[in-house]
Amino acid sequence: MRYAETGYNLEIDLSRGNIERVATDPRDSELYLGGQGTAAKILWDRVGPEVDPFSEDNLLIFSAGLLQGTPVPSANRTSVDTFSAQTGLYSHSLFGGFFGPEMKHAGYDKIILRGKSPKLVYLYIHNDVVEIRDASHLAGKGTMDTAEILKKELRDSKVQIAAIGLAGENRVYMAAIEHYNSSASRGVGHIMGDKGLKAIAVRGTKDINIAKPEELHKLCMDKYTEIYDKRVKYAGDVLTHENNETFHTNSFAWGNARERRKDFWKPEMTAEWGKVTEDHLLRHSACYNCPLDCHASITYPGRRTFFYKCYSKLTYAMAAYKDLHFNYDMIAVTQEYGLDGFSTPQVLAFACELYEAGILTDKDLPDFPKDTGERFFYLVEKIVRREGVGDALANGVYRAARQIGNGAEAYDHNTTKKFEQLPLKLGNLNYPFFLMYATGEKMCITQIEGAFPQDPIRDIEKRKAFVEGWEAAPERFKKWYLEWEPRTQPSIEASVNIADWNETGHYVDDSIGMCAYVSSFRGQFGGRIPYHMYNLPDFISLASGIDIDTDKLWEAATRSRTLIRAINNRRGLRRVDEKPPGDHWKYRDAAVEKQLLDEYYKFKGWTEDAIPTKEKLAELGLDFVAEDLINRGILTDNADTPVKEPSA
Amino acid sequence: MVEDVIEKKTVKVIKVDVDKCIGCRACELVCSAFHAEPKYSSTNPAKARIRLIMDEFNDIYIPLYAGEYTDAECNGRNVYTIDGKTYDECTFCRASCPSRDFFKDPDSGLPLKCDMCLDDPPLEEPLCVQACRCDALTYEEVEQEEEKEESPDEMETGLQSLVKKHGTKKVMESLARISKEAD
Repeated sequence: MRYAETGYNLEIDLSRGNIERVATDPRDSELYLGGQGTAAKILWDRVGPEVDPFSEDNLLIFSAGLLQGTPVPSANRTSVDTFSAQTGLYSHSLFGGFFGPEMKHAGYDKIILRGKSPKLVYLYIHNDVVEIRDASHLAGKGTMDTAEILKKELRDSKVQIAAIGLAGENRVYMAAIEHYNSSASRGVGHIMGDKGLKAIAVRGTKDINIAKPEELHKLCMDKYTEIYDKRVKYAGDVLTHENNETFHTNSFAWGNARERRKDFWKPEMTAEWGKVTEDHLLRHSACYNCPLDCHASITYPGRRTFFYKCYSKLTYAMAAYKDLHFNYDMIAVTQEYGLDGFSTPQVLAFACELYEAGILTDKDLPDFPKDTGERFFYLVEKIVRREGVGDALANGVYRAARQIGNGAEAYDHNTTKKFEQLPLKLGNLNYPFFLMYATGEKMCITQIEGAFPQDPIRDIEKRKAFVEGWEAAPERFKKWYLEWEPRTQPSIEASVNIADWNETGHYVDDSIGMCAYVSSFRGQFGGRIPYHMYNLPDFISLASGIDIDTDKLWEAATRSRTLIRAINNRRGLRRVDEKPPGDHWKYRDAAVEKQLLDEYYKFKGWTEDAIPTKEKLAELGLDFVAEDLINRGILTDNADTPVKEPSA
Repeated sequence: MVEDVIEKKTVKVIKVDVDKCIGCRACELVCSAFHAEPKYSSTNPAKARIRLIMDEFNDIYIPLYAGEYTDAECNGRNVYTIDGKTYDECTFCRASCPSRDFFKDPDSGLPLKCDMCLDDPPLEEPLCVQACRCDALTYEEVEQEEEKEESPDEMETGLQSLVKKHGTKKVMESLARISKEAD
């Protein structure tokens, strides 16, 4: 019997209408755990570098994490993995809610979609009944409209829906997949649209089995209490509940990632903006089996109810130099269209800048309004329909800048690997963050940072006390943290380790389905996170029966991470692509940056050109990857790298 | 002869505050785990004896407990509007009923009913309440005095239902035949 997982994947060929239930190899679960890890293995095995993201051979994989559906609190994040037309690289996203657990109760750990449907369809799954159904009546419908229509049609309020809106249908690169209070962003919605798949509706009523029931039950009941008790200081998203927006409005840049306004927030605004939220807030809601209510549901006049968490509350407002009213109105519209709330505002602000600079003109944007807010609404309509200049803008800032030309390239200043980054404009180079921005493959810093605090506590006694109870940290990090002089950078060695620890935590979470808000993302704020490398092995072992300890867990995460690097190497990713947005830091240091990357690659077991070495691959049991990279001439047999033109 | 007596009894009450519910469905999960065989060996919200009736678009989050089985659905239904939100009567009805698929085991179709996590030794609180950290579900034991009809014993109840089903004559005949055979 398989524990924690179902042991089956659902394989759907949308071109031929073929549906198969395929047993999986339990050995893969031991090596890659599940979720993003096992999805990466499938993408490596089945989607070669020659496959165009918009080809029938690209796969779109919905994966439940290993612990999803088990009693382990807060393990509810579903991973979506594919190849993105925006970046040309591996694309990974996550969403919470109820989808993954429902999929597992239906009997599947993954839904693997290949091919393309000739007409718009949706996938209906109810346990063993799996059907590709006509979705012509859903064409052009909003993401939440679609969910509501399907729930009514299927006469089942517990059916879980993941849907794209008009943005996804029209292959807009910023398109997200929306589900309940969560959305899968970062470049997966356009692939779902390309496959002609409007939505997946899944309902399951089967058991998920637990390897060590009594022991796991006890741990989980205690964990509910711990997570809830820590919710304000060490877990969850306090910012969703917070009306004082000093942190976001001061720290992040406004407009097209241009300007910090440290004097924007005035004390009286806490009450004023708080009132706007209070007047429109329906409630705070949680994802499956999590005691934290990080998502706000909002009803705004004339709009459909929508959901947000954290910084999504302000991304449109800050990009347009507007207020909370504007942001709420904007999310209501863009969530129905299924647009990513992090990258879209930047594309809109970028277009406004181009217009101001005369690069886009009234010819490109007929009847373009004067007010920035109205401009945003105008542009959204163009983009989701790929109308006029909206067609270029729908490809994201990097590609749009090159398509529009005429100097537009200079306004693309906040992307890395062709992907929009958070609008942060800072002073001095930050060593660990330089490494994370440069080398990360989850595309957004929130998916890479997290374990190690961003600053040292100034009071050394308080810092000692912090380190004393810092269960999540391996010993070496405690030492580095204690030695860290305020206003200085950690040593190169420490920075390399910090960057690695930070991202490894996410590779753990994204394979088991754990939410980063109670785990990998949150350690940087206070250190007392509910889940970490030292207690997760117990949860994994008791739920799944997989024999795992901290070292093996770290190794499994490193294996997935290294495999994903190799997947992208095969698609052309090299050292030359590994850099933060050009103006992310005002003060840079080329020599230190070179040293940081050199040391980081060495630490990771990668070549100077950012490719995993044969030795490292062998150590992780990825010999087949080494063999492939050598056959393709990407690696040489002695683990050195031939010089090749980068193409990513 | 049936007599009225005054009895004291402890009533177990789960209080539901729908405004506090955050919709996490931990209640469903732990309920299904508790009632799994062996205990906690599996999860399956479809087998839970509590169900979150949820309509996120209209902000409806109602945790509902499984009550008695009924073999027929209602003839008519009411629709309630409370604070501008519209609820079907079934939203508040605890019955395991042919009109809907919940509070029935998804495999056998047998009705499910909340037993307040009856256990030996007894739990301090039903598990759903323990898992509900936001206090949408709270537990109380209330002492109540109640007038109670002395109920007929088990055999009498059984006989009454047989009489209802087959008629007095048939039951008498059968009893006579059985007692003859027993002699």
